[in-house]
Amino acid sequence: MPGVQVEEGRGAGAAPDHPPVGAMVCVDGNEAAARVAYALSEVIAIYPITPASTMGELADEWRSHGRLNTWGALPQVIEMQSEAGAAGALHGAGMRGALVTTFTASQGLLLMLPNMFKVAGELTPAVIHVAARSVATHALSIFGDHSDVMAARTTGWAMLAASSVQEAHDFALVAHAASLESRVPFLHFFDGFRTSHEVDKIALLDDADLHALVEDRWIEAHRGRGLDPDRPTLRGSAQNPDVFFQAREAANPWHDAVPGIVQGAMDRLAARCGRRYSLVEYHGAPDAERVVVAMGSGLGAVEETVEALTAAGERVGLVKVRLFRPFPAEELVRALPSTVRRVAVLDRTKEPGAVGEPLYTDVVTAIAEQGGDRTAPRVVGGRYGLSSKEFTPAMVKAVLDQLEAPSPRNHFTVGIVDDVSHTSLPVDPLFRVESPGAVGAVFFGLGSDGTVGSTKSTVKIIGQETELYAQGYFVYDSKKSGSVTVSHLRFGPRPIRSTYLVDGADFVACHQWGLLDRLEVLDRARPGATFLLNSPYPPDEVWNRLPVEVQEEVLARELDVWVIDGARVARDAGLAGRINSVMQPCFFALSGVLPREQAIGAIKHAVEATYRRRGETVVQRNLAAVDAALAHLHRVHYPRKVTAGRHRRPVVPDDAPDFVQRVTAAMLAGRGDLLPVSALPVGGSFPVGTARYERRQIATELPIWDPDLCIDCGKCTIVCPHAAIRMKVYEPSALDTAPEGFPSKDFRSRDLPGHRLTIQVAPDDCTGCGVCVDVCPARSKELVKHKALDLLPAEEHRDGERDRWGVFLGIPELDRALLPHDSVKGSQVLEPLFEFSGACAGCGETPYLKLITQLFGDRMLVANATGCSSIFGGNLPTTPWSANADGRGPAWANSLFEDNAEFGLGMRLALDQQQDTARRLLTRLAPTVGDDLVAAIVDADQSSEAAIVAQRARVGELTARLDALAGMAAPSGGGEPSDLARRLLGLVESLIRRTVWIVGGDGWAYDIGSGGLDHALASGRDLNILVLDTEVYSNTGGQASKSTPRGAVAKFATAGKSTAKKDLGMIAMSYGDVYVAQVAVGANDVQTVKALLEAEAWPGPSLVIAYSTCIAHGIDMATSMSHQKDAAKSGYWPLYRFHPGIEEHEHPFRLDSHEPTIPVRDFAMAEGRFSALVRSEPQRAAHLFALAQSDADERWRLYRQLAGVERTLAEPPGSAGSGTLTTKDDDGDA
Amino acid sequence: MTPDLGTTYLGLALRSPVVASPSPMTGDLDTLRRLDAAGVGAVVLPSLFEEQLVHDQLAIDEMLETGAGTSPEAGGYFPELDDYNTGSDRYLRLLESACTALEVPVVASLNAVTAGSWVHYAHLLQNAGASALELNLYYLSADPDRTAADVESAYLDLIALVASAVDIPVAVKLGPYVTALANLAGRIEAAGAGGLVLFNRFYQPDLDLEDLDVRPRMVLSTPDDLRLPLRWIAILRPQLRCSLAATSGVHGPEDVLRVLLAGADVAMMASALLRRGPSHVAEVLTGVERWMADHEYESVEQLKGSVSHAAVADPTAYERSLYLQTILSYTGRS
Repeated sequence: MPGVQVEEGRGAGAAPDHPPVGAMVCVDGNEAAARVAYALSEVIAIYPITPASTMGELADEWRSHGRLNTWGALPQVIEMQSEAGAAGALHGAGMRGALVTTFTASQGLLLMLPNMFKVAGELTPAVIHVAARSVATHALSIFGDHSDVMAARTTGWAMLAASSVQEAHDFALVAHAASLESRVPFLHFFDGFRTSHEVDKIALLDDADLHALVEDRWIEAHRGRGLDPDRPTLRGSAQNPDVFFQAREAANPWHDAVPGIVQGAMDRLAARCGRRYSLVEYHGAPDAERVVVAMGSGLGAVEETVEALTAAGERVGLVKVRLFRPFPAEELVRALPSTVRRVAVLDRTKEPGAVGEPLYTDVVTAIAEQGGDRTAPRVVGGRYGLSSKEFTPAMVKAVLDQLEAPSPRNHFTVGIVDDVSHTSLPVDPLFRVESPGAVGAVFFGLGSDGTVGSTKSTVKIIGQETELYAQGYFVYDSKKSGSVTVSHLRFGPRPIRSTYLVDGADFVACHQWGLLDRLEVLDRARPGATFLLNSPYPPDEVWNRLPVEVQEEVLARELDVWVIDGARVARDAGLAGRINSVMQPCFFALSGVLPREQAIGAIKHAVEATYRRRGETVVQRNLAAVDAALAHLHRVHYPRKVTAGRHRRPVVPDDAPDFVQRVTAAMLAGRGDLLPVSALPVGGSFPVGTARYERRQIATELPIWDPDLCIDCGKCTIVCPHAAIRMKVYEPSALDTAPEGFPSKDFRSRDLPGHRLTIQVAPDDCTGCGVCVDVCPARSKELVKHKALDLLPAEEHRDGERDRWGVFLGIPELDRALLPHDSVKGSQVLEPLFEFSGACAGCGETPYLKLITQLFGDRMLVANATGCSSIFGGNLPTTPWSANADGRGPAWANSLFEDNAEFGLGMRLALDQQQDTARRLLTRLAPTVGDDLVAAIVDADQSSEAAIVAQRARVGELTARLDALAGMAAPSGGGEPSDLARRLLGLVESLIRRTVWIVGGDGWAYDIGSGGLDHALASGRDLNILVLDTEVYSNTGGQASKSTPRGAVAKFATAGKSTAKKDLGMIAMSYGDVYVAQVAVGANDVQTVKALLEAEAWPGPSLVIAYSTCIAHGIDMATSMSHQKDAAKSGYWPLYRFHPGIEEHEHPFRLDSHEPTIPVRDFAMAEGRFSALVRSEPQRAAHLFALAQSDADERWRLYRQLAGVERTLAEPPGSAGSGTLTTKDDDGDA
Repeated sequence: MTPDLGTTYLGLALRSPVVASPSPMTGDLDTLRRLDAAGVGAVVLPSLFEEQLVHDQLAIDEMLETGAGTSPEAGGYFPELDDYNTGSDRYLRLLESACTALEVPVVASLNAVTAGSWVHYAHLLQNAGASALELNLYYLSADPDRTAADVESAYLDLIALVASAVDIPVAVKLGPYVTALANLAGRIEAAGAGGLVLFNRFYQPDLDLEDLDVRPRMVLSTPDDLRLPLRWIAILRPQLRCSLAATSGVHGPEDVLRVLLAGADVAMMASALLRRGPSHVAEVLTGVERWMADHEYESVEQLKGSVSHAAVADPTAYERSLYLQTILSYTGRS
């Protein structure tokens, strides 16, 4: 019978071999928990959310690979539309008597709360595994703390806290077993990222272990309680004041039994595996006076510190809390040595307004209630580690030190500098705890170069080829293109408990030369450490190529420096760009962790395990890289002095604004941890337009413009995902001061004769994705490969283009009213107010966002659903949403994943209300400020750019008059003109037309936000909804949504999605008063521009569904626009516009696509998401593709018929009596 | 009396002289079964193209690696599938299934890159049960420094290498663009080839006038294409002892008869089957049978080569094709 022990690791860095039963393996916390959860479940409801997604992905993959649970059954694994849905499915399946589980984090857990109360109230066994993550407050954070699980502490679920990868594995079993025995549902949690993503060497449980803890009779009893018509019962009754209270108390014995049951399970686990756990554990000096109480991954750092201090004779200790609910008060008090005088309770969460954080208040209460006759120790509480903030031994030492103070500080923070509320403890940055024999290594790389994969592989090789323990942890920056990764590796003879980044590394590798100029690569190196550098320069040249700052670090730390031209070795082996198989042997050779031959053998074994499914060629090329590596590794003999002639360039330009210099630059340089509390804006509000100061220089090739060939079409700029290639049209005089040779050409336009045009790349912001060059239609007649834009080596062109970009920025923007905007060219002369985001190179979403900012950016509010667009749109350090020279630009906010439509609707309601109030005030003030001006403002047509400019002028005049009026004598009472004027001044801007854009991906629109979206569409309000449809949950790694097409392979649809995509547009059209368009900018850019203009102009709800190519499609993103073309040509993605008609006999549905000319299969086979299934399961693929063709044929027939349908709208939006704000004018006081 | 349609090709006794040559039809087990049922003498599977295998593997690798390890939120963007069926496994599985499912011999076709990989794959194909191996020498010599002698020498070395490495018979499929085919054919036979397949129809590139891009385009053969292999089979038959297969332009029973009469051991069909389906084989064989009966031929063996270069009264007709007369007759029609 297959059990949990026989699966090998997955993906890059997979384990070399199937581990034997009971073996030690290297897995991360998510996999450790998911192995047990899968083995012990029958129904698994999943939904993606970072950092828990991997658990659901594994469950889906295992099921599709036919893996059985521990009872030999194939569990049901179903993706739901939200975490609320997952909880509902779990609830229902559990009530029927199935063994149920799900995985989640953060706001996802909060969505489960309503069901969790029910499940616990009904005493239904269930387990939720939580990779604990910050709940979004002033900002979203994907990183770890306990704010989510603490929000669930009143649900009645038992809560078990694992503090390491091994514990995530063991406690998963304890949770499932104890839940079945006790009937109380369990929330098993471990820290997001620090545990969920840390790779560790752990001992695996096997089937016998599982069966030893989970008794069949409990399962039978659970099934026996399940709903069944043969023994009908009624649950979920509505109870009244007479009995509810008593019934609520009736469950007490079951909850009371939980601690004993958990301890029993832990004891049985210890008997089988030797790993002994208790509900509460004490470690440290038996006569400790000062003790820290904590739970979660922070325990590792505390335990190390306590051990070190105890060894030095200090009387300190640690209390580990394992079971948090029901809170084991008695066990906690019993665990404290009688000598304890001071206790510091550490909470990894913040509960504003509370008397203290949850663990603190529980400990205080427990000691107060259970202390008995003993003298109660003084208890203080503090916060640490929010959002995975580093928590180090130095911080633990700071906590223990302050317990010695005469009056220890309470409600402190540690790990930050709080110069506002002065809560923070001082930390000695030099304090470290040494782990004998432990070695630390740090690897700096790019996401695309394979560094993370090779470090994971290294952890597994060390963990499985030696007796050593090993740990890997991975830090990423916030960009999706050109992202930097830092991999932290530890290994040593003892289990590794260091739950913080490697500091004082014995080995530092910089896998990308360019990072030396951007990051403090060497500040984690200990003196005498080995420094391995992937360098394009040979050993005798490399020293003089280093910047001064790096040479100084090398000299100061007396590093042993080695170089290899890893890129060349990889290239020679046929591995463009991926250097993992080159750099990994170098690490082993230099670190000496294994004999060289053994290490090379293990690496090769790992290469075969990782790549064999992809094919022999991939394996052979990587093996060739491994074989070639060491011959190219050279030691660098450097002089004992600095010889460099250059310094690092500043992080941001000198002319950057103050905030950027003080705050953004620190974050960009990796020094954000050092920013004090006072540096950060309260409430989460950040300045816009700071991405332009980042200048990432990640392109290896740049598009270079040839004005002689250019035909002014604007296609390059409309598709550019990063607003890195721009078009400006201007009077020739604008170039009077430009240097000679600045490229320009005559602008072809009847509307604007005599103007010049320039297309210019921003060379430090371009990602080099090549989409602009791919779509450029202007070729040389003589040399067909030469286009108006050619991709050329960045190193040769960057300096010149940087100068030209500077000149280009100085050219004034064209007056927006001079050209109509309803063409590609007309839209592309407008300034983009969304620029240089961190989106993937070639992103298919960003061109649409950029375009709406060009068309409406200076008067738009954006409600952005959580997802890719909220991450590349709002992930600090920098902000791509920007403002024009007048300071106007999109005002952007992200609320949640599930509520974005409602969030945007709220913005609309506020705008409507403010405008209504302003109009009422204005009407009342008309005699004072001028009837003509008021009438002009109130009756203004704001349907064109010129009209809006005119309205702005009128409102400016009004503001001036109101200012004068407001400055008059103080009012004697309400209703005085000066008083009204002051009130109107605060609302006056609402008189200028605002446009609300509700933006999100298909995960939001089709799934989790579908209910709210439907409500917004039904509201009749003036809303513009833009769905960036990538047909998967892109941000969390490509999980299937209800937009995923039939036949596509995606996570959560490993076997290829078997059902058809939902037709969201048809649903919206059913309302009749909703403008609906389906667009694909690569297929028809003019139609896209027109649809966006029409949507914005429509006074009711508008929905634009925009086909967005994505790296999750398995395509070359440089050609993403040609994929869009084929999507339309095949009928897979028909283009249309549904413009609700208000006249008789109107045909509101306009099919903008031509009859399909190629089969869907031709489109699909060019994309990995489809073709992978053809390779993997040809027969299933053939069946699904036949159905997919039928889907497209049927949709086309339906749409063609719709184009002939007459439909009339009874009442247009915005008219009296419709859903929009009425214009009824009463004279009531505003 | 019903004529005997049996023939011998590469030392294999075939029940009929019509062989399904490589096409998408022979890449599908169901269609192969239908071809078998329709009476083919043998089938040749589509070529195992090493370059295609490499390309596919790298494409899968690229798909899985793109974006992997770049974001804290996503380890990658695709699930790991059980098997991507890259490499030769998929081909070998088809070959194995075909060998088991079909009554007729199954010939595997191969186009590899390096000498080592030719031999490597040849072994794999043999071990998977192929009755014979067809070496698809699809090579376009665009290197100005490489002479015809260099190319021919490389061909011969390769043929000798593969033929000596496997135990099953080896046929060589050639393109028509050879300066001295009669000479080369003899040397190919001497190098160990058990047969020649004449001729390969290369996929020729085309130009898209809108995009000004080069595009591959497959054009099916017409019966007119038959005359090139017909001529060369007639010329080569007397000088060679090895098998000869005619391919390109074999569409109807008349075409089969023509190439057999000229000296072919088998007539290979692809375009006609793609157009008309597997059952077309049965119609062709019926036609062949009828003609043979009408003309009192007892067997295919009897008619094979009876109108070859050596057997006709005026062999120069095969060499010059009465060029002038042909042109005049064509002009006269217009």
